[in-house]
Amino acid sequence: MADHTLDAKGLNCPLPILKARKALKEVPDNGTLEILATDPGAVADFEAFCRQTGNELLEHSEDDGVYRFLIKKAA
Amino acid sequence: MSAEEKSMSIIVTKGSLDWAYPPFILATTAAAMGLPVTMFFTFYGLPLLLKKLNLQVTAAGNPAMKMPMMGMHMGLPNLLTAVPGVDAGCSIMMKNLIKKKGVASIEELREMAVEAEVRMIACQMTLDLFEYDKADMIEGIDIGGAATYIEVASQSDINLFI
Repeated sequence: MADHTLDAKGLNCPLPILKARKALKEVPDNGTLEILATDPGAVADFEAFCRQTGNELLEHSEDDGVYRFLIKKAA
Repeated sequence: MSAEEKSMSIIVTKGSLDWAYPPFILATTAAAMGLPVTMFFTFYGLPLLLKKLNLQVTAAGNPAMKMPMMGMHMGLPNLLTAVPGVDAGCSIMMKNLIKKKGVASIEELREMAVEAEVRMIACQMTLDLFEYDKADMIEGIDIGGAATYIEVASQSDINLFI
């Protein structure tokens, strides 16, 4: 189970990233944030976001148009 | 955290609804990715700092502006864009589309930029030229000129002119 879940379904670029940034503030170091999104652009964007910020993208998957990302917050 | 040494500046020169998006999207996203961001608002970009926004689009001189309608994309002939009410109608359509597609409003993005401590500089010369009052602008902005911007730009890794 993730420490925190963000429902970003229905939101378009750049809102999933902006809301994820905010949500990460609530997550403890080394904790995890789960994000649910429907924006197909979010896949490339969360990869770039994680590379740039040093947070780790543990997994991402897609199920019936809903993308799920699990991010581990850098300490 | 390699991002921490990088920073970005954007010169914002246009204030229509469509042109307001790129600077605010990039500023908020860069800030979310850990970059210090400065936005310099000049000429028609300056009114984007007014407390109350009522942004409009025009199809005049913009043949690429086509709206999805009835399963196709429709544009407006230039001549029609001069008819009173047409720009207002286009603006309402665009705002409806923005809401429907889950795209943030400019007001929302601007608020997030302020929250993310994006530095916003209003161009003093434009304030004078178009007779705007700092009191009508949102709180927390700085006032500056070309030299203020150049100082920021010379220390930034990414400098955009939009």
